[in-house]
Amino acid sequence: MWKYANPTFFMQLAGRLAPWTAGAALLLLGVGLYLAFLGSPADYQQGQTVRIMYIHVPAAWMALFVYMVMTSAALGTLVWRHPLADAAQKAAAPLGAVFTFVCLFTGSMWGKPTWGTWWEWDARLTSMLVLFLIYLGLIALWRTIEDPTRAAKSAAILTLVGVVNIPIIKFSVDWWNTLHQPASVFRVGGPTIHPSLLWPLAIMSLAFTFIFLTLHLMAIRNEILARRVRRLTMEAAAAGENGRAVAASTGVAA
Amino acid sequence: MKALIALFLRELRLAARIGGGGATGVVFFLILVSIAPFALGPDLNLLSRIGPALLWISALLATLIGLDRLFQADAEDGSLDLLFTARTPLELIVVVKCLAHWATTGLPLVLAAPLFGLMLAVEGAGLAGVTATLLVGTPALTFIGAIGAALTASLRRGGLLMAILVLPFTVPVLIFGVAAAAAARGGTVPFWTPFSILCALTLLAAAGAPFAAAAALRHGRD
Repeated sequence: MWKYANPTFFMQLAGRLAPWTAGAALLLLGVGLYLAFLGSPADYQQGQTVRIMYIHVPAAWMALFVYMVMTSAALGTLVWRHPLADAAQKAAAPLGAVFTFVCLFTGSMWGKPTWGTWWEWDARLTSMLVLFLIYLGLIALWRTIEDPTRAAKSAAILTLVGVVNIPIIKFSVDWWNTLHQPASVFRVGGPTIHPSLLWPLAIMSLAFTFIFLTLHLMAIRNEILARRVRRLTMEAAAAGENGRAVAASTGVAA
Repeated sequence: MKALIALFLRELRLAARIGGGGATGVVFFLILVSIAPFALGPDLNLLSRIGPALLWISALLATLIGLDRLFQADAEDGSLDLLFTARTPLELIVVVKCLAHWATTGLPLVLAAPLFGLMLAVEGAGLAGVTATLLVGTPALTFIGAIGAALTASLRRGGLLMAILVLPFTVPVLIFGVAAAAAARGGTVPFWTPFSILCALTLLAAAGAPFAAAAALRHGRD
């Protein structure tokens, strides 16, 4: 496992994997979009608006999944102090924020025709909004603390504190009487969705997962490269300072 | 234990002598309460209905105002480094600092709340309810805020960032605080249901937040 955690090895592996995951994402997205918009029937009650589900539900799952990825990386940062975990955390935060935003936005678009309102302050929507705010807070924290190692530790602590929100989101539809419908796919007793709607949903979810994997791998690579550039710049600056100091003390132009 | 009492008294003395903490928080609280009728209109029926919520929002913001100095002053003058070297666990030091901070900034807000409630036409059981909920709810705000204060202790422009980090986590406290305050005036929900949850949130924050805040302080140092 430690072999894969070596940043240089990871750079090679991620560089080789990224095109494949990107290809898989494109393929799944193409098939999924076709099935979602052309190859699946409209709902007998909701009509065409049910197709929003194929974007909304995968985005919601990914918003939670990305947070759990970030939580694992946060543990990696705090327990093993591994720079790769730092990079994984940092790269995941904006992706999670975008998935959460997509979920909220499509949910709002879906809410207007079916519930008759753009927004409802019920438990599921509010806890999802809090997740979005936590993502934004984490991004702000990353941007404010200059030293990457310290920023990673601070972000890791905040990420672990924010985990309390994840079960609240998941169970909000069971604990409170909400306008949002309860879980209909991952539930005891099997899904309550008709297979003709379930298949496109499953493929779109896989597509979203592969989109995240691709973007996450590429963002981690960028982060590692950015750190190398930062270190080399600092070393060069330090060498320049020393060179000038030596030159000044000996009277020789460096 | 002696060290913790000494630390508590030190915090109280610092708050009393330097100023700018509790009293300014109360003034800010008063200003927030008094600008609301300008925005909403001086309709006493409306103000009476949303008064408990206004008091809660104002108390939340007034608590936040003072929080960024919770660890910052100690980080700047080096006394935080002394506290690190003490034999007392850092978690307990955080608890004591939070309690002292609440006693000097949160408690004045609670004491001022009945007075300001009258200005918003909140009376009788409603006033008692909102004061009681603020009394048990504001410690939770201080403890949750301590995490943000610890994360931003060594940053020069930490105040706004701290607010962004902390406010999402205060949402449950606000929800159940306002719910209990509203239930105190009658309604279908008995007062004790949301009030017990509010108490539980405070205990949870007091038990959990010091660990996160202490971890943040330790990691922020190196």
